[in-house]
Amino acid sequence: MSTKRTVDVAIGTSGLDEQGRPRRAPLTVNEGGTVTTLEPPPALEDALELEGEHMLINIGPQHPATHGVLRLVLELDGETVVRCIPHIGYLHCGFEKIGEYRQYNQVIPWTDREDYLNSIGNNVAFALGAERLFGIEITPRCTVLRVIAMELSRIISHLVWLGTTCIDIGAFTPFLWAFEQRERVYELLERWVGARLTTSATRVGGMAADIPAGWMDQLQHFIKTFPKTVDEIDRVLTTNGIWVGRTVGLGVMSADEAVNYGLSGPMLRASGVAFDVRRDFPYLDYETYDFEVPVGTHGDVYDRYLVRMEELRQSTRILAQAAARLPEGPVNSDDHRVVLPPKSKAMSDMESMIHHFKQVMEGPRPPLGESYVAVESPKGEKGYYMVSDGTAKPVRWRIRPPSFLNLSAIGKMVEGHMLSDVIAINASIDIVMGEIDR
Amino acid sequence: MAARRTALRARFQGGVTRVEVIWGETTVYVDRTRLFDIVQWLHDDPSQRYDYLSDVTAVEYRDPEQPIEVVWHLRSLPYRRFLRVKVELPRDGKTPLEVPSVWSVYKGADWLERECYDMFGIRFVGHPDLRRILMWEQYHEGFPLRKDFPLRGRFSRAEQLRQALAANPEARYSMEELTVAQAFEDLPEAMRARLKSGERTGE
Repeated sequence: MSTKRTVDVAIGTSGLDEQGRPRRAPLTVNEGGTVTTLEPPPALEDALELEGEHMLINIGPQHPATHGVLRLVLELDGETVVRCIPHIGYLHCGFEKIGEYRQYNQVIPWTDREDYLNSIGNNVAFALGAERLFGIEITPRCTVLRVIAMELSRIISHLVWLGTTCIDIGAFTPFLWAFEQRERVYELLERWVGARLTTSATRVGGMAADIPAGWMDQLQHFIKTFPKTVDEIDRVLTTNGIWVGRTVGLGVMSADEAVNYGLSGPMLRASGVAFDVRRDFPYLDYETYDFEVPVGTHGDVYDRYLVRMEELRQSTRILAQAAARLPEGPVNSDDHRVVLPPKSKAMSDMESMIHHFKQVMEGPRPPLGESYVAVESPKGEKGYYMVSDGTAKPVRWRIRPPSFLNLSAIGKMVEGHMLSDVIAINASIDIVMGEIDR
Repeated sequence: MAARRTALRARFQGGVTRVEVIWGETTVYVDRTRLFDIVQWLHDDPSQRYDYLSDVTAVEYRDPEQPIEVVWHLRSLPYRRFLRVKVELPRDGKTPLEVPSVWSVYKGADWLERECYDMFGIRFVGHPDLRRILMWEQYHEGFPLRKDFPLRGRFSRAEQLRQALAANPEARYSMEELTVAQAFEDLPEAMRARLKSGERTGE
């Protein structure tokens, strides 16, 4: 896998030179008007036997380009990064510890708050893990609704990534377009579950609510109009000389390295490894949907951008298929040891009242056992590992955070690059500190 | 799946103590001393190729008699397989909370093992840089995910605030990163020893 690549850029943009490097501002102009760039004088340091002192620079934890509270200590030789020491933990709030003191349904609000760009996807992932632990099946309608929820949250997350990365790299317009579309997804979510960011949309064995009347029409309208924005952003960025110049060849991870470092999601796929949990370890009947898994060729920042753009389109495809096949029927499982019976029955039927009482007072109890359920979150493989000792609260609730693993390779990725490229590489990882620090 | 189990058993007779299947997920309990060889074999052997380390974590049960378990979740991307490997650390007072590090096989284990050490106090022998990761290095209340650690910490909010204000803020930065000579005495013992020996940490 070579770092050299050529990207066709559109006429009229500043473009690349013959070697595929971005054009820099000319340093000198000769008499005839031709432009030459001067070689840096190499002799000076050697002649004086000067040894350049390395400089330490601290980016963060309050820097806007670190996407949260990440602190990077960079050792610089001139403007080149020699070493990068990341410091995390500023947002640590002990989610896993708190989960050990909560019943399963009470943990769901905490899953909103770790990867807060993908909150509804986390709700679904947690519910899937708990359902395997309880050994219950969900209804066909719930399965399709959850697919819609997961793909909507993937679109939100990728749009936020796109917008913020554009700002980091210096493009403002796509940010506005992306956030306008994100707002439309939030409107959909708000109408469905009543919340925008902290959705808490699932329950063990079902969903908090069925979709309201007319919701599918709004979704269909979104599916129809959203790809236009993706195409517009594509047209503005993909062949833009500045965008290409600031992303190509940066932070390259080869396929073997990416697998060995435990990267997942678009980070891994950009390196050419077609690993997608939705396809390789299917859940929610993802194997029955028709979608492509985009992979990159070079594993650089530009490939990660391309992969995420394509995933936006594929998510729309999945949404359209899910909307077409949404069956009628109940949303919640009828296993009333886990799912609350309807309130009307709880007041009139003895058995339902007992279930209601037991669930509210004690909480549903899973059998002894453990489960690890991974889903494809927008950032990568998101896993929930739950261990039960037969009581109503988990003994251990472990979040496998994809951003955490992706970020752990940043030291390797930024080495040898310029200080300003650190921002672009860090942006390409798509980190959410809430998930990394938990 | 049965063939895999047989192959593993045949190769490491005493190393594999038992195999369980829960909800379709295979768990292999292995001996602490053989763990590294087994993981290395799972990674390298062409019939296994568990090339992806999903997760490293630990489980402590509410029953203090039950051993602490260290858990590795492995994936084989070429064969689309999933395997859970566990090591039990009995709490008989004799067994140290130590397991071998798999960092030399999977680079991704770096931060996962550091987090496991940070939260449970399990030492990963052979890890190049086993420091706290989510908590700061001067944190001395213990290991937050252990069952004997109270949910709200060992000290009251007022005491935690007092300690935070009394601490030298410069000691949060390690010597190698920023020159804070006057904070040197406030650094934890392990950190001072490390810095004195000129060791450099980080990537």
